[in-house]
Amino acid sequence: MSDTTTALRRTPLYDAHVAAGAKLVPFAGWEMPIQYAGIREEHNAVRNDVGIFDVSHMGQVETVGPQALERLQHLTSNDVSKIAEGGAQYSLLCNERGGVLDDLFTYRLAETRFLTVTNASNHEKDLAWIRSHGIEFEADVNDRREDFAMLAVQGPSARALIGQLADGDLPARFHCARRTVAGVPALVCGTGYTGEDGVELLVAPADAVHLWDAVLAAGAQPVGLGARDTLRLEACFHLYGNDLTEDWDPIGAGLGWACREQTGFIGSDVIAQIRADGPERKLVPFVIDGPGIARQGNPILPQPTQPQTTGGEVTSGSFSPCLERGIGMAYVTPDASEPGTRLQIDVRGTIRDATVERKPLYRKDS
Amino acid sequence: MAQASYPADLRYHAEHDWARIEGDEATFGITWYAQDSLGEIVFFDAPAVGTVVTKDEQYTEVESVKAVSDVVAPLSGEIIAINETLSSSPESVNEDPYGAGWLVKVKLSDPSEADSLMDASDYEASLS
Repeated sequence: MSDTTTALRRTPLYDAHVAAGAKLVPFAGWEMPIQYAGIREEHNAVRNDVGIFDVSHMGQVETVGPQALERLQHLTSNDVSKIAEGGAQYSLLCNERGGVLDDLFTYRLAETRFLTVTNASNHEKDLAWIRSHGIEFEADVNDRREDFAMLAVQGPSARALIGQLADGDLPARFHCARRTVAGVPALVCGTGYTGEDGVELLVAPADAVHLWDAVLAAGAQPVGLGARDTLRLEACFHLYGNDLTEDWDPIGAGLGWACREQTGFIGSDVIAQIRADGPERKLVPFVIDGPGIARQGNPILPQPTQPQTTGGEVTSGSFSPCLERGIGMAYVTPDASEPGTRLQIDVRGTIRDATVERKPLYRKDS
Repeated sequence: MAQASYPADLRYHAEHDWARIEGDEATFGITWYAQDSLGEIVFFDAPAVGTVVTKDEQYTEVESVKAVSDVVAPLSGEIIAINETLSSSPESVNEDPYGAGWLVKVKLSDPSEADSLMDASDYEASLS
């Protein structure tokens, strides 16, 4: 999938990352900061105070026109009619088989104008899919990726920090509003990927460095993709390409809440059937009982009594800085999906015991 | 330690391992470059004392938050000690990769193998 002959793209903040001591790595065609001071320190900054992430690699697709709502209703899994102006909604983009093409956040900017944020690795695919489906509806689909840089400011102190820099109240969780932040026009969104309160800021690429510098000066710690992954995994948020792919359905992934089959979106008939029958595999969070860290692709051993029909696979695995254990998510058979179920994971030849837990793996009050 | 360091009294393997040779015994660890590339080490899967290790072959692994990495033996021999303190403080590999962050001690089966390892200046040159 990766094309090594294509130069890696850089966000407007590349030089700022280098100046902040970032270690940069290729990610989804972009040269992105994986860490600055260290994953654990950055992780803890977001859990305890405030961190800032450059997520400018993420894509944006605008759907605009008299039937923009109807077109998105046809394409995405959630009920788009429930998004008020200034609202935000999580949904899935599915194929006709009910497989997941991407997971998305859609913001309703006006009655007939929506902005959908895509994953970097899926942006081109999503755009082609969205442009070639729902063409009967009177709405245009515009690639807006080049028009935005995106910064996430997350943590218990994030709202207070951005509030000091903004010219008005910040939008509530799952809402968005136009504000001026540190003198920069921004779409401020009450969303994130860390399990903490905070905002995401969409700004013109030319304004990104000024905003980044202002947020750092106000006390936020720069946080890389390494801590972004450990934070989202503790919160049990899905990572597309790991926990969601075209081979998995939303019901098995635990995202039935983001599917409203009665809206008739692409794949809804298959997903309704899976919901009725029950999925073959379910995505569950787990914690390793002892030492060791399971990683993506490690097999879950089948139960000896039913070797043909049980077992599964780890789709995300890492070390939890908060729990100080190996944690992860795995697809298992439904009978092994209840919290408390013991799992055995083949971690590169060593069998590690693990326990199925409830979501999320990290709770604020724990 | 924050600054790159490659002590002159060690011998280095191209897979970013070091050996401190004392007679027919040696202490093994990973280099500053290796720990810096991996990031914070959170788990060392210690091999058992008595395990026979072969030069250029993997004998254990260390894990950082983001990845697991094979560790290659710079020399052949039999493990006579492991660094027990790493089970509770694996971050020693980052903080002191040539001291408290050592991994194993080995009784060498062929001390002359050391001739094929790099000295500090050659190893450091290989990194650039």
